[in-house]
Amino acid sequence: MGEQLVETDNLSKTYGAITAVDRVSLSVWRGEVYGFLGPNGAGKTTTLRMLAGLVRPSGGSARVLGDEPGSPPALARTGVLIEAPRFYPYLSGRDNLRVVARYAGVSDRKVEGALETVDLAGRGGDRYAGYSLGMKQRLGVAAALLKDPELLILDEPTNGLDPAGMRDMRALLRDLGERGHTVLLSSHLLGEVQQLCDRVGVISGGRLLAESTVDDLLGQAGLLVRAEPMEKAREILERLVGEGNAAVADGALRLRTGPEQAGRVSRALADAGVTLTELRPLERSLEEVFLEMTGTERTER
Amino acid sequence: MIGSFSAEILKLRKRPATWVLLGVALALTQLFGYLLPYSSWLTSDQNFQTQGLDPQSVLAGTLPGELVPTSLGGFPVFAGALALILGALATGSEYGWGTMQTALTQRPGRLAVYGGKLLALAASTLAIVLATFALNAAVAGVIATVESRPLDYPSLAELAQGIGSGWLILGMWCGLGALLGFAFRGIALPIGLGVVWVLGVENLVSAVADSLLTGLRPLRDLLPGVNAGSLVWSLAPGGGSSGEPPPGVIDAVTGGRAALALGVYVAAFAVAGAALVRRRDVV
Repeated sequence: MGEQLVETDNLSKTYGAITAVDRVSLSVWRGEVYGFLGPNGAGKTTTLRMLAGLVRPSGGSARVLGDEPGSPPALARTGVLIEAPRFYPYLSGRDNLRVVARYAGVSDRKVEGALETVDLAGRGGDRYAGYSLGMKQRLGVAAALLKDPELLILDEPTNGLDPAGMRDMRALLRDLGERGHTVLLSSHLLGEVQQLCDRVGVISGGRLLAESTVDDLLGQAGLLVRAEPMEKAREILERLVGEGNAAVADGALRLRTGPEQAGRVSRALADAGVTLTELRPLERSLEEVFLEMTGTERTER
Repeated sequence: MIGSFSAEILKLRKRPATWVLLGVALALTQLFGYLLPYSSWLTSDQNFQTQGLDPQSVLAGTLPGELVPTSLGGFPVFAGALALILGALATGSEYGWGTMQTALTQRPGRLAVYGGKLLALAASTLAIVLATFALNAAVAGVIATVESRPLDYPSLAELAQGIGSGWLILGMWCGLGALLGFAFRGIALPIGLGVVWVLGVENLVSAVADSLLTGLRPLRDLLPGVNAGSLVWSLAPGGGSSGEPPPGVIDAVTGGRAALALGVYVAAFAVAGAALVRRRDVV
């Protein structure tokens, strides 16, 4: 799959008796957009903080771009925005980026470009304290991009953005992915993750429940069938797709089979004189899968 | 560390509180070092500061020859407290605003960020000392000219010694403020505790050790403010030609020992702060 830019091995963090992150082993590969999903308090932010070197692990290990998290070589190639943008309220947006540029060893000349990237060039001279939540968030992304980093660690980057801002942010992230940047992104917005991410990791209760491509996580697609009479349709289709792969729910027949079988289903029902009223692919959303996984986890706990 | 230093200087330079503290430090020096004594000389009215003093010695304190003791007179207490506030603001605010996270997720490592901050604070305290001396030199020159007195400024060696001593004193208090800011991860408690210590506890312990419990003197002689006051005393025994030492300026230990003690305090505060920054999680 290429080069691993982020790798954790049984990474753990405990605060007293509370285990915030519990033996998480994940990997992010060069060039991919990786979605890190989990409900509030699942351990996402703590994990990202450990990868940024802000929090020291209680156990396990992590490597970021081949180095220790938080080490200068790793930080030099990583852009970070965790939880919320943190800037100096008395400085303008432009001066805040100049401060970041100096820490990062980047020329001040890059500041204007970063402001333009997030559409803040016209407000760069305004004090940060007067920025709206969305502007603050965009400035945070600009700061993360200032180093033109190989790896971006973004925690809820669309927080506080209005619908247009969210659309722009999605476009920006998609563009970054297409330009070869590696993005590790946490988000509550599952539709967004489904659109943007190549692979996802699902964390709940501090434990990584799954890590796979979005397609694999969604599982095999199915077919939804409505027909008259339903019982006769069920008998025919059970013979076609196998017993146990057809179930009636909410007045419709759900078949566990690929969409390429739609023609065979239609023909079988027509041959048997069953009237087909609806036939369409049945896909689970990432949200359904996520809730299924984290709901189960919560019940177990 | 150069990048961190440059970032810290930009932050301090653009921060209104920095200029307010500098302005207050200069205003206090002018008020107690020149305005009140000189107005007393001009009007022949004695105020709380000049009560019982020879008018000629009051004027002498405002002339160029007394530039070093007059400039340093407020350093152990008032300017020290302001330097402590500067240090606490520079470090504690980073936690209050969450910007420690921003600083620590750029290129430099934790100790480089910390080192840049300390260097910037050292530069800022030096700037305060230089500004104080420069303004005082100008005001003393004007008074000497108006009073037709000679413009006898201290020698360069004396000036360097005075400026170095002032820098050491403000650096020590600023270092304590910075350490408290890191320790308490905020500004309110460090400033509150620090100012109570500088203005209250040190004076109380000194007063008790001088009068009621003389057995406390060895302990008193270890206090940072007492050493700062002793260092100033060593440069102007008896309070200079004005004859009355300012608050906090005392004859407790020798100048050499005081300078050494202040140096040890500066180093200790820096090492303790580094340990905190290096070890602690930033959440």
